[in-house]
Amino acid sequence: MAVVVILVLLALGSVLFHVLSPWWWTPIASNWNYIDNTIIITFWITGIAFVAVVLFMAYCVFRFRHRPGNTADYEPENRRLESWLATGTTLGVAAMLAPGLFVWHQFITVPEGAAEVEVVGQQWLWNFRLPGADGKLGTTDARDVTPDNPLGLNRNDAASLDDVIVEAGELHLPVGKPVKVLLRSVDVLHDFYVPEFRAKMDMVPGMITYFWFTPTRTGTFEVLCAELCGVGHPQMRGTVVVDTEDDYRAWLAEQQTFSQLTASSDGDSTATAVAAATAQSEAP
Amino acid sequence: MVDVRSGLGEALPPPEVEDVELYHPHSWWTRYVFSQDAKIIAIQYATTAIAIGMVALVLSWLMRLQLGFPDTFQLVDAEAYYQFITMHGMIMVIYLLTALFLGGFGNYLIPLMVGARDMVFPYANMLSYWIYLLAVLVLVASFFAPGGPTGAGWTLYPPQALLSGTPGGKDWGIILMLSSLIIFIIGFTMGGLNYVVTVLQGRARGMTLMRMPLTVWGIFTATVMALLAFPALFVACVMMLFDRLLGTSFFMPAIVEMGEQLPYGGGSPILFQHLFWFFGHPEVYIVALPAFGIVSDLISTHARKNIFGYRMMVWAIVIIGGLSFVVWAHHMYVSGMNPYFGFFFATTTLIIAVPTAIKVYNWVLTLWRGNIHLTLPMLFALAFIVTFVNGGLTGLFLGNVVVDVPLSDTMFVVAHFHMVMGVAPILVIFGAIYHWYPKITGRMLDETLGQIHFWITFIGAYGIFFPMHYLGLIGVPRRYYELGETAFVPDSVHTLNAFISIMALIVGAAQIVLLFNLVWSLRHGREAGGNPWRATTLEWQTPETPPPHGNWGKELPVVYRWAYDYSVPGAPEDFIPQNQPAPSRVSHEAAS
Repeated sequence: MAVVVILVLLALGSVLFHVLSPWWWTPIASNWNYIDNTIIITFWITGIAFVAVVLFMAYCVFRFRHRPGNTADYEPENRRLESWLATGTTLGVAAMLAPGLFVWHQFITVPEGAAEVEVVGQQWLWNFRLPGADGKLGTTDARDVTPDNPLGLNRNDAASLDDVIVEAGELHLPVGKPVKVLLRSVDVLHDFYVPEFRAKMDMVPGMITYFWFTPTRTGTFEVLCAELCGVGHPQMRGTVVVDTEDDYRAWLAEQQTFSQLTASSDGDSTATAVAAATAQSEAP
Repeated sequence: MVDVRSGLGEALPPPEVEDVELYHPHSWWTRYVFSQDAKIIAIQYATTAIAIGMVALVLSWLMRLQLGFPDTFQLVDAEAYYQFITMHGMIMVIYLLTALFLGGFGNYLIPLMVGARDMVFPYANMLSYWIYLLAVLVLVASFFAPGGPTGAGWTLYPPQALLSGTPGGKDWGIILMLSSLIIFIIGFTMGGLNYVVTVLQGRARGMTLMRMPLTVWGIFTATVMALLAFPALFVACVMMLFDRLLGTSFFMPAIVEMGEQLPYGGGSPILFQHLFWFFGHPEVYIVALPAFGIVSDLISTHARKNIFGYRMMVWAIVIIGGLSFVVWAHHMYVSGMNPYFGFFFATTTLIIAVPTAIKVYNWVLTLWRGNIHLTLPMLFALAFIVTFVNGGLTGLFLGNVVVDVPLSDTMFVVAHFHMVMGVAPILVIFGAIYHWYPKITGRMLDETLGQIHFWITFIGAYGIFFPMHYLGLIGVPRRYYELGETAFVPDSVHTLNAFISIMALIVGAAQIVLLFNLVWSLRHGREAGGNPWRATTLEWQTPETPPPHGNWGKELPVVYRWAYDYSVPGAPEDFIPQNQPAPSRVSHEAAS
């Protein structure tokens, strides 16, 4: 009998926990409230199914528990009942799948004119690249990665030279503009994950993956890595700032382009080489 | 259409099949150590699996201490955490669940339940266990190897698994892990071929396929699936070993590691994921289908009622087994594969919910108008239904491609798969242990200890994994050694993590009660007799308990009916064993 009470408590307790507990998703900051809605639909359908099955079980255990003189029915099959249940389940599943596939179609269809931004993962930090004045990102290759070209841009591609590079810094995005995030990694799998945007995608060395979204409110959001990438995985954090259009322009104007960076780091590395040579000559 | 219920017509004379073909042991060594008796091999498999499972349990304690109290206990550092998480996952999925269900229950139950004297290839069966043991030892060796075990996560995704940012990546860890898996698969194949051929060729006279107990159907289908799925893992492991040892680039593109160009190029990390999940998803059902089968028999026996919709149950097992080969990429919705795959794999994944739901309905409809004995096996079966339904329903979130996007790689996934393929099948294993222990040892397990074990395990495990879903809903990622300061995570999350950790310690400790019970009852348990549950299936009808080598004495059993003749109207008792001729015809003959 204890089991009947526990089963009922467990079904109702789970519902109460769902409703009353403080743990719920973070307020959304992107256009993907369709995804949130699909989750809500799924919670309703699965919640009803769960409570119904557990309560039915509790009832059966209560009503048909063994007592002296009880005998069980002998009913091997009931074709009608079985086909009704199968049909009902199919409808419930379809009610979740249909909106799911509809939203998935939107998720993978990038709108025309979405701005492109590149995120490059490496153990264990985030780099970003935005197209320069030409509006195009230059080509890249992991083979081109060197200390002064950490993102592996192709120096012979004219489109690369004016690309804006943000090394291990913040990414800024203008609010209300759709953005296609191109994802790349130079070492292992990573996953660009901002919980408030609801979207995420793995970054795979050797290929370019993507997702798109429209930031819907300004603010500062934490970037996490969501694909195990070695011992530094939990520390691989970054920041995305969603700005108003003006703030975004102001930020963008302060950033350095690939050609500027190459020029300055050439200077740096020369200086370092000189310093090292001096140190060596001074050593006994 | 075959009527599964009726007898063969008339009582056949039992065939006298002398067990001349069996190898009979001549010494203690060949009887108990290098034994060719499937029942001894089953116990060897089960003991080894439970022993290595205890290692996984201790690892989970250490991980939960870290997650629940990151500032209090300094027991594990990041490297150790990732090593433990990897070993815990791999041990539980492969070396415990797969080995225990197929090697343990498969070996013990298949020959007895289909009415055979033993597996058809006893020698290969013996080899299967010893190779499995070798695989376990190689796995354990990695704890003592330089650099320790691999910390790549149980999915072993390259390139990370082979690089120095991951524990064991450049040391012995990953090599021993891949070698151990390869050895395991070789050993499993020897056992698996045995189970399949025994079910197809070794059944007693009258035991048609559609009269087999669902336990046998579940284990049989799972074994066929394993024989088809493990080769994908096998080749993935071999290719990855080549990448690590010979410098090939099957899974390795051009990589810059910590500023250094590595001599790899042209390989595909996603190819590994496809191979891994082509094995990995069927693997879920390789664990689940034996559990489905066993729990059907537990419910039917202890509710004294035939399983509802037997034929539908058989077909559901077969259909789930087939479909599970075309859903693998639902583990890869955010892997960067072609996004159009999402439509196909979301659809197949949600279709699989229909036969699975039918199984659940039929379990609860078996309870309807039953005569439910709340024995320990029945309690565990009820707990299985609750946790399996819960875990199955959250699968509808993760299988529905767009809903998976925010939840993937979060604690929601961890909660889901622990509930559905951790807690639920393990509850069935416990139920099965309480159910079949009397046949294996001749004695009952202690009821009071069993009740303590059941209540702590069931309520505790639900308390661990149900709230964990909500961590994932908030966005807490999985495989984080420490959450640290994260802006969107409220402080209450740390309280919840501490609660989950305390529950995990308690539930883990409750398993000691079971282990104690298993040992204590061997001597002190109540004498069970041959058929304490008054069950219909053949293993309860053996002339001796525990059954000796050869199982049946001089005469093999003849089967006259399906496995579920409980509470048949007009029958003198509430069960009719499968090897009893049809009562109506017997009485008819007696009358005439």
